Amino acid sequence: MTPISLPRPLLLVAVLALAFFPFAASTFYVQLGAKIMILAIFALSLDLLVGHSGMISFGHAAYFGVAAYALALISPKYEAANLWLTLPAAMGASALAALIIGFFVVRTTGVYFIMVTLAFAQMLYAVFHDTKAGGGSDGIYIYVRPEMTLAGWKPLDLENPTQFYYLALIFLIGVYVFLSRILEATFGRALAGIRLNEPRMRSIGFPVFLYRLGAFVLAGALAGLAGYLAACQFGFVNPDILAWQQSGIVLMMVILGGMGRLHGAVLGAFSYVVLQEALSAPALLGAYAKHWQLALGGLIVLIVLALPHGVGGLLDGVLRRKNRAGEIA
Amino acid sequence: MIILIQLLNAVQYGLLLFLLSSGLTLIFGIMGVINLAHGSFYMIGAYLAYWFAKLTGNFWLAIPLAIAVAFAIGLLIENTIIRRLYRRDHLYQVLLTFGLILVFEELRSIFFGDEVHGVATPKILDFSVPLTDTLSYPVYRLFVTMVCLGIAALLYWTIYKTRIGMMIRAGNSNREMAASLGINVPLLFTGVFAAGMALAALAGAIAAPISSVFPGMGNQILIICFVVVVIGGIGSINGALIASIAIGFADTLGKVIAAEYSAIAVYLVMALILLWRPQGIGNQA
Repeated sequence: MTPISLPRPLLLVAVLALAFFPFAASTFYVQLGAKIMILAIFALSLDLLVGHSGMISFGHAAYFGVAAYALALISPKYEAANLWLTLPAAMGASALAALIIGFFVVRTTGVYFIMVTLAFAQMLYAVFHDTKAGGGSDGIYIYVRPEMTLAGWKPLDLENPTQFYYLALIFLIGVYVFLSRILEATFGRALAGIRLNEPRMRSIGFPVFLYRLGAFVLAGALAGLAGYLAACQFGFVNPDILAWQQSGIVLMMVILGGMGRLHGAVLGAFSYVVLQEALSAPALLGAYAKHWQLALGGLIVLIVLALPHGVGGLLDGVLRRKNRAGEIA
Repeated sequence: MIILIQLLNAVQYGLLLFLLSSGLTLIFGIMGVINLAHGSFYMIGAYLAYWFAKLTGNFWLAIPLAIAVAFAIGLLIENTIIRRLYRRDHLYQVLLTFGLILVFEELRSIFFGDEVHGVATPKILDFSVPLTDTLSYPVYRLFVTMVCLGIAALLYWTIYKTRIGMMIRAGNSNREMAASLGINVPLLFTGVFAAGMALAALAGAIAAPISSVFPGMGNQILIICFVVVVIGGIGSINGALIASIAIGFADTLGKVIAAEYSAIAVYLVMALILLWRPQGIGNQA
């Protein structure tokens, strides 16, 4: 069985490295680091569906986008919104969207599920793109980032890139720990059982529909957390953040990083952003940097053909070899 | 009279969707491959028609050329890439064909740029039929409807009346059994895939004078085709036809009643069908 999470010492090293990163890096890289961690939360939320529940959602950007729009729509125009109120509201909006859509989609399986999640996500895209509800195709600016003030106490200032980085890090660790806990609890075990043998779980008496719907809503809420943070960071939302290309990209992160492994989602987000930065830098591809998606697409095709288990599969091989070496010694 | 115009538009759009979704549903039904790049071939057909029409100055020459090139690209892609996906999980099919979309979209941007290009309606069809004193209907749209009807009839005849169609139906219902009865399955797969791509390119080429050619045109229509396949049921040609026409009407009438919400109407139809028959209207439970 593939391990869901990395061994503890390795995780500790990773967290320490992330915690000390801002001391060594320029503001640009601190911001890039925060972006990677936000995308990592997004990828983790999708891995709960794809890797652990066997539900291949091709419309996950919808829940990311709903929370981002929720923040933009409820923020006062020239004052800071309160994070303690707007974050739960935004995640709640995503969860509600996932509950309504999930009610229809979790009854389907396989390729239907892929197409239906895509179609409903596109419906939300159409809502924000075609109607005036969210500023149409122009989107909305968020001029002031939310504040964390709670009864006079202000733990982090979100306008400061380094402090925003730590907020993203705290949330990433929180989501990682939360998911690793629930995946080892009954809920996660039941989801794994449904993924592997649904009729058996049904006949044992598990309410399969409710478990799948629960996972779908939870994944939607966590994607909402990522969307909220992304809207904070960029200060801008438009319909493109919930377009289906975004759903494809986050799916790519999960698969390439290695699905069903929490660290895989994080690695996938990291690899994607680094790859994007490298391919779109004129230093490497010159005039073709503008067309970096050509190289990205070609690379995706090659990786799927050459590495049946994603980049994460390679890492598993290394970890397994190490374990075996340890057992022999 | 306005209603008549909208009905004609609905049928025309629905039949165009059928050209695309029939290939999509057959490729899935027979080979078990979910091909996101299907929409890219719609785009390829449209851009090639635009380019060949400019090159040769003759739209009627541009259409067969565009179809031939798309067919050749289909053969190439099936032989080098899609073939390796037949036994893989849907997940990898989605990811790989997503990669193909990025490749096709960027190649389009490199070769043709990111502008919207109009394609001139061929002279011989560039007039309208007067319906009343003030209203008229463009003949080219009627021509598109006729072509789509012709292709649909040809498709029916091929699938239900010919030996090749028999093999396709056999492959659709049971791949292994068809293979063990001596049908050359790899060749059949290659043929069906390339034919599906040619159909998508034809749809793009004949739609070009109506919709013009623009970036992302393939992706937009791909998602609508998914809705058609979900409603019609995977692998079902009959279902695809009914669903295409239904979506044509939902979209066109939606635009008349509430333009801002017309895109949403299409998805609401899908949601209702899912509750009623999750396996699609063309398939048995």
